[in-house]
Amino acid sequence: MIGTLDSKVPDGPMADKWTSHKFNMKLVNPANKRKFEVIVVGSGLAGSSAAATMGELGYKVKLFTYSDTPRRAHSIAAQGGINAAKNYQNDGDSVHRLFYDTVKGGDYRSREANVHRLAEVSVDIIDQCVGQGVPFAREYGGLLDNRSFGGAQVSRTFYARGQTGQQLLLGAYSALMRQVSAGSVELHTRTEMLDLVVHDGVAKGIVTRDLVTGDIRSHTAHAVVLATGGYGNVYYLSTNAMMCNVTAGWRAHRRGALFANPCYTQIHPTCIPASDEFQSKLTLMSESLRNDGRIWVPRGHDESRMAKDIPDAERYYYLEEKYPSFGNLVPRDVASRNAKTVVDQGLGVGPLKNGVFLDFADAIARDGEDTIRAKYGNLFDMYERITGENPYERPMRIYPATHYTMGGLWVDYELQSNLPGLFVIGEANFSDHGANRLGASALMQGLADGYFVLPYTIGNYLAPLLGDDKLDEGDPACEVVVKEAADETQRLMGINGSRSVDWFHRELGKLVWDYIGMERDANGLEKALTEIPALREEFDKDVRILGSADGLNSSLEKASRVRDFFELAELKARDALERNESCGGHFRTESQTEEGEALRDDVNYSHVAAWEWGGDPSSAIRHDEQLEFVEVPLTQRSYK
Amino acid sequence: MEETLNLTLKVWRQAGPDASGRFETYELTGISTDMSFLEMMDVLNEQLITGGEEPVEIESDCREGICGTCGCMINGRAHGPEKATATCQLHMRKFSDGDTIIVEPWLAESFPVIKDLVVDRSPLDRIIEAGGYITVPTGSAPDANLIPVPKDAADAAFDGAACSGCGACVAACPNSAAQLFTSAKIQHLNLLPQGQAERWSRTEEMVETMEEYFGSCTNHGECHEACPKEIPLDFIAFTNRDYVKAKRKNRKLLGQSS
Repeated sequence: MIGTLDSKVPDGPMADKWTSHKFNMKLVNPANKRKFEVIVVGSGLAGSSAAATMGELGYKVKLFTYSDTPRRAHSIAAQGGINAAKNYQNDGDSVHRLFYDTVKGGDYRSREANVHRLAEVSVDIIDQCVGQGVPFAREYGGLLDNRSFGGAQVSRTFYARGQTGQQLLLGAYSALMRQVSAGSVELHTRTEMLDLVVHDGVAKGIVTRDLVTGDIRSHTAHAVVLATGGYGNVYYLSTNAMMCNVTAGWRAHRRGALFANPCYTQIHPTCIPASDEFQSKLTLMSESLRNDGRIWVPRGHDESRMAKDIPDAERYYYLEEKYPSFGNLVPRDVASRNAKTVVDQGLGVGPLKNGVFLDFADAIARDGEDTIRAKYGNLFDMYERITGENPYERPMRIYPATHYTMGGLWVDYELQSNLPGLFVIGEANFSDHGANRLGASALMQGLADGYFVLPYTIGNYLAPLLGDDKLDEGDPACEVVVKEAADETQRLMGINGSRSVDWFHRELGKLVWDYIGMERDANGLEKALTEIPALREEFDKDVRILGSADGLNSSLEKASRVRDFFELAELKARDALERNESCGGHFRTESQTEEGEALRDDVNYSHVAAWEWGGDPSSAIRHDEQLEFVEVPLTQRSYK
Repeated sequence: MEETLNLTLKVWRQAGPDASGRFETYELTGISTDMSFLEMMDVLNEQLITGGEEPVEIESDCREGICGTCGCMINGRAHGPEKATATCQLHMRKFSDGDTIIVEPWLAESFPVIKDLVVDRSPLDRIIEAGGYITVPTGSAPDANLIPVPKDAADAAFDGAACSGCGACVAACPNSAAQLFTSAKIQHLNLLPQGQAERWSRTEEMVETMEEYFGSCTNHGECHEACPKEIPLDFIAFTNRDYVKAKRKNRKLLGQSS
């Protein structure tokens, strides 16, 4: 049983906590670091930066990724930028302001001390990345350029064209490959984690499947680090890459790690709508487009005219009307919910009536097409490539899509889960973004955890273990887990039903989107709790996986991931049901202000919900970690 | 506007690295022109699964043209007919009703087939491992604005840094050379002030590692034509120049100045 959750936040003033904690943590001396082995799962920003840094320090690291090379991880697709409190623009930014904005932006559901540390190390990240040769945008004088992003009042976002994630990941990947060359990191590509080995309550290793040979085996170490990303693909359609999944985190959860706040999901307002039922993923269009585009739908149902032929009086600029001061620049969740409202009213545009217009006609008339092309040319080209429509001549069509998940495995201040020896970093943990993540903060958190937090805190865990051998890979504790993973693989192969894995994933996605999407209510969530398990049972009887488990078999890989999404979806519904308030990306229709904004209930829900596996998906046990707001006073958001 | 296509696909099927492969012919009807090429392959795979036949293994991940996972030969061209476009961003409106489309894995001896359209591109990682980095251990970097980088140099470096490592350059090359991939990374780092300390050793080691795995460049330029990121061919010339200099400088131990 789990006792009280101890976040292990150090004492002392907020601004001194991390500095004093770094001094108080135990150290492993340089000659002894090589005696410790660490497993890192995942090669995105968090995993690659952590593995590279621990390798530099002298630990023996094994890195696992299901991709063919570490450089493919989905961090690569982040477009916008990375925040840092450098204050290079002299516009009043500071560590305290970045901290403050992040706590407030998270709608007061994150842990203050973690967020403050994130803001502190943000400045070191930029130095590190520039040192690696990351080609951030520069001014003509040769110094770094910044922009304001996601409604921030200061310009603190560093960017590399519209490919910031790619460049940061390639920087971390280069540092990683230097360590591979130096022999401190051992790379295991095309290898997927299927389970966690826990022995006497301590994480001791993982069980993996070699995706090329099908070989299932164990790997042990003194500590295991999960850097396995978010669970947005539970919706089937999302901006996540096709292979993103929750399996590593979920299997750790089933072995005792607490899963925190699974209901927190960020829906991004500006994505290209689905074109048909075989749509496989949704593409994000950078949020910067809202700086110049005006969002509207026709006022009349069954509008058949071209957009440009609809007079102004018959257009409904719903964000500008409802939120005169912020207009089209309202936060992501507000923009998303309002798009859903008008589409649900039957005012949607496009062949499937599943989008709203993002119209640049006024901006082009005001600034000229060349100016708009200079600002957004690559985005307009991408839009045209996907839709076949020219956005210089007709408005873009956009609709919200799942983008990021704030929930994840519960971790303490040292990024360690409730299972000793299991650390969780990046999007896979829950700690820094509360109920809503600010733009350009995901890259910051992944790299903060990997470069500057975990490499310190893991030493504090390892130091007392000096002289202890890692668990033998032939230990019965490993063999049991290997056998369970092999049995589960055989069970899936043996179902031999009639429907493809993708069919089930699509159906699951529809349920999750309808009931646990942008708006949730008790009635829908109750339905989700009936319909999701029913679909899961059908999956267990009727999924069809052809071929063999002894070689490359992507249907089998997907089946194993989708099976875990079913269980996560159920927990997500329960978490959403029990959190009877609205906050950030979690909107309960029962809890809103008169203006239709998310209404928090700080008396009852100012806490982290951390769920313990109870033997099956319906019997999860809810624990809580109370949140205290000392530095940032609680306020209600308003964008009128 | 959306239309639908009826297509004949000839797809390379190969059960494993050592198995012999063959083309299989499949008929598809009612493919929407709004679909991406990979979604069309998803439809094919659904059809195969329903019919009890193993689906075609084809890799993809981000499906927005940035991760470099996808890629196959489409009608003999790496990533298909559209310029500067990865396979995942190719849409079916580029094809016509009644077309026959030939789909093959990357064609290069250095990229052996794992199964169907999936190949092993790990030699590209070996090239990066040989020197595709700046040695700057975490925590040791100076302030990011300490060294101004001329905007032109930063922009040119970015043009190399944009490489997604998909391998199309190798697949398109008649010699299966990896010069464009290797030069893109070398020049990304060699053009920046931060990259000068290791410029000559990096160039020598990466070029020589490349030569262990890949063929030689004979300036066909097919790599640039196939590249979804339009990496400039100039980078190959810059790299050849740096390699010649590196041989001289490294041999004479003249230090690291240019």
